[in-house]
Amino acid sequence: MMLADLDQTSQGYVTVETAGQLFGLRLERVRDVFVPRGLSKIPLAPPEVAGLLNLRGRIVTAIDLRRRLGLPPRSDGSTPIAIGMEERGELYGLIVDRVGDVLRLKRSTYEANPVNLDGRWTQVCAGVHRLEHQLMVVLDVEKVLDFSQFGMTV
Amino acid sequence: MDELLGEFLTETNEGLDQLDVELVRFEQDPNNAEMLNTIFRLVHTVKGTCGFLGLARLAKLAHAAETLMGQYRDGAPVTVEGVSVILKSIDRIKQILEGLERDGVEPQGSDADLIGKLQALALSEDAVFAPGEAGLEDDRLSVHAALDDLERAWRAAPGPEEHFELPELDGSGDANPRESHARAQTVRVSVDTLEHLMTTVSELVLTRNQLLDLVRRTGESEFKSPLQRLSTVTAELQEGIMKARMQPIANAWQKLPRLVRELSLELDKKIDLDMIGADTELDRQVLEMIKDPLTHMIRNSADHGIESPAERVRNGKSEVGRIKLSAYQQGGYIVIEVADDGRGLDAERIRAKAHETGLASLSELDRLNDSDTFKFIFRPGFSTANAVSSVSGRGVGMDVVRNNIELIGGTVELKSTSQAGTTFVIKIPLTLAIMAALIVEAAGHRFAIPQFSVVELVRTGNTSSHRVEVINDTAVLRLRDKLLPLLDLAQLLKLEDAGTTFDRIADKVLTALVIQTGARLFGVLVDFVFRTEEIVVKPMSSLVRHVSMFSGNTILGDGSVIMIIDPNALGSSAGALDVQAEAVKSFAASAQAATENKTALLLFRAGTPSLKAVPLSLITRLEGIPLSSIERCNGEDVVQYRGALMPLVYVETEAGKGGDDVQPVLVLTEGDFHVGLAVDEIVDIVEEQLTIELEAEAPGIIGAAIVKGKAVEMVDVSHYLGRGLGQRLAGKAEEALRAVRLLLIDDSQFFRSMLAPLLAARGYEVTLAGSAEEALALKDKGVVFDLIVSDLDMPGMDGIALAERLKADPTWGKTPLIALSSHSNPRLIERSRAAGFVNYVGKFDRQKLIHAIEDCCRQWGAAA
Repeated sequence: MMLADLDQTSQGYVTVETAGQLFGLRLERVRDVFVPRGLSKIPLAPPEVAGLLNLRGRIVTAIDLRRRLGLPPRSDGSTPIAIGMEERGELYGLIVDRVGDVLRLKRSTYEANPVNLDGRWTQVCAGVHRLEHQLMVVLDVEKVLDFSQFGMTV
Repeated sequence: MDELLGEFLTETNEGLDQLDVELVRFEQDPNNAEMLNTIFRLVHTVKGTCGFLGLARLAKLAHAAETLMGQYRDGAPVTVEGVSVILKSIDRIKQILEGLERDGVEPQGSDADLIGKLQALALSEDAVFAPGEAGLEDDRLSVHAALDDLERAWRAAPGPEEHFELPELDGSGDANPRESHARAQTVRVSVDTLEHLMTTVSELVLTRNQLLDLVRRTGESEFKSPLQRLSTVTAELQEGIMKARMQPIANAWQKLPRLVRELSLELDKKIDLDMIGADTELDRQVLEMIKDPLTHMIRNSADHGIESPAERVRNGKSEVGRIKLSAYQQGGYIVIEVADDGRGLDAERIRAKAHETGLASLSELDRLNDSDTFKFIFRPGFSTANAVSSVSGRGVGMDVVRNNIELIGGTVELKSTSQAGTTFVIKIPLTLAIMAALIVEAAGHRFAIPQFSVVELVRTGNTSSHRVEVINDTAVLRLRDKLLPLLDLAQLLKLEDAGTTFDRIADKVLTALVIQTGARLFGVLVDFVFRTEEIVVKPMSSLVRHVSMFSGNTILGDGSVIMIIDPNALGSSAGALDVQAEAVKSFAASAQAATENKTALLLFRAGTPSLKAVPLSLITRLEGIPLSSIERCNGEDVVQYRGALMPLVYVETEAGKGGDDVQPVLVLTEGDFHVGLAVDEIVDIVEEQLTIELEAEAPGIIGAAIVKGKAVEMVDVSHYLGRGLGQRLAGKAEEALRAVRLLLIDDSQFFRSMLAPLLAARGYEVTLAGSAEEALALKDKGVVFDLIVSDLDMPGMDGIALAERLKADPTWGKTPLIALSSHSNPRLIERSRAAGFVNYVGKFDRQKLIHAIEDCCRQWGAAA
């Protein structure tokens, strides 16, 4: 982490797209990418939790990024995709619209969250990278999975 | 953390737990050479390894302890004080180890206090035990020699890992059969590795199931026989892994000998702890869960069960009390028994306490046998300890024990014989990781419900004899003449497309699972039950752990993930119902015991599709009144009836709703006034023994009862009478002057409502009181009655106590009292007479009550 910060050339991101916005997840946090199949809903769970699914014998808790960010549900009928992550010994799948390339970005294109960003976004975003054609919002995995913030979405 | 340090911590912790046990035994049997060896070895290991790893604080403390123990080894007399200080030092070592584990370095602090004590003791031992003075017996000499060998071996040992290589000193000691046998063949495996293996095997099972499914669908195939083999091997593998997760129950018992030792010192009792079946194996998860309950039960036995030595001798018992802890396997369960040979439970004291805390009334308690009475100790807040000791008696005990055990699907029972002791029998499943569960579906979602909690399955539906009925939006299940609160799973879990319970029961055959958790019995409504399956329990994701309804999740054979429902959580959501159910049970029992008398009931429908009923005795006539003759007068509907205007009161309905142009009306009479109760449809008149099953809060409804196998709502006539009479009550008051003034005291709203109109119809002026206290308040206000009818069995002050209070009063003391009771218990009758009641009437015996009242009026000239 310290090295990465010092080394100008170093951070890798898995890019994903949700509701037209490009997001980046730190490469080392991403375990795998899979299509969420056989999702079982959890009654009485916060709305951000999309359900549970079986990924090669392990139970994965799926979290809907749209819900987490307070965005409207997917409506284009496309197949969503999940980014597998491990946190505190449990598996999570962050459901996004599309997965893009892996980018290596320099520290120099990084900026802190714009001050006028929506509160729900600032909770989970760790800053912005200026890319050539668009902006990539860096998602902070720990914060995305911080369940104390769940259930706040109306 | 340094790998070596990690290793050290694991081994030392295990060693220390062992040490606790050994020291307590050593104190009782100071000449046991084998035991002394073990203890010395353990302390020595700690000391040696600490020096090696540069842990100065630990090394110093261990050294001081070792010095004192060295003296014991050399034959110095073992003192209670010495052992206590060593135990304390071990505690301190544990604390330091915890800090070490947390931070990787020894925590700051000084152990001068303990080291000082250890040294002082060592010095005094020196003084007492001058070398050469004690006549060393032969066997001790040999021990001595062996220990020297041992010590040499120790000093030669290069590192901490090697201490397991120690030569067995002699095979005769039974100090530690498990360890000494197991040592050569065991490998230390981390829990994570085991869990991972378990997961992998679960996946293998799933894959196998999928393959089996595939082959089944394609019919004959050359895969069939290899698949069969795969299947067998998988099952074996699964079993093997399950076994690897097992640990001897001794791990949960390790701390108990020391606990008992400390308790006996603290309580000044002599207590032996016997442990039998320590090698019985249990899943490690279960093991963790029973540690606390066991500790608590041992504590209880030592504190409440075992008597003081003096008392034991007086009762002809041995001075030393015994607590026997045993474990054995029985089917898929492990049975653990905690038995003491103490004084046993005191049924009378439990009864007294149960009454005092309002858990049950005296008459209920009279009917309970001792073993039922004992069950009160599992109720929250129940403790019969006269004084709160530091050990127990705070009343936060056995209920928690029971809850913890039930949480893992176990049960706890107790047997107790006065003066012979108490035995608790705990039955727990072998493992939590795999359990039998029913797979059910509700509103398109599948769930698993642990099978141990399910008592029976009942198919419900309109065609079934087990009908689901709805009272005031609450579903109940009629099951063999009992109403069971019914939870609708789809509703409870707020599932989408669930629809209302009412709609669901209307057009489908559903299944109700009858579930028992602790004292609670309730039904859970589901769409179907698929099958029973052995499921592998996986913990809930921490994101949804707060959803208390689920205890975990599992992967089914088809690969889908489903939730496992926690029956206890269901039970608590049935909580409100539960209170009712318990009240109902005792209520129903008392009603049963009271009388065989049947009550004639009029069944009708009004407003809702459910049946309603009123006691027929309250109704003067049934009339069909043409809708055209209903007039509106003064804001009320009235009809001309026997030359007067009769107000019509609609029971949750409106005129003509029955679909006919004749309005069915139940005519009630109070004094000279008639009131018409307008209903939709008169259904039947039945004679039934009336048992109110559920008391309702809704106005106008007293409760629910089963009549002819159907749930019916009992209508509170007085509610409607009040509405019908309105201002006329004022006029009635004059008339009442001539009437006998009667006070009816009964805690049951139902009885008050049933008896009041009945008595009023006979021309008595009835005042109602819901409790003895209310009656006394009336007395204090100076209200005077001619006759008092009181229930005997009331919460708070009961009828007998009330009668005794009233005797002293100059006016009320002369008023004749009639006792009402739901029991015909000769003892109670006797007591009521003694208290001043002139007559005693069974609660359900209306005729007899009327006669008794009439008799009273004649005899006492009360009305005059």
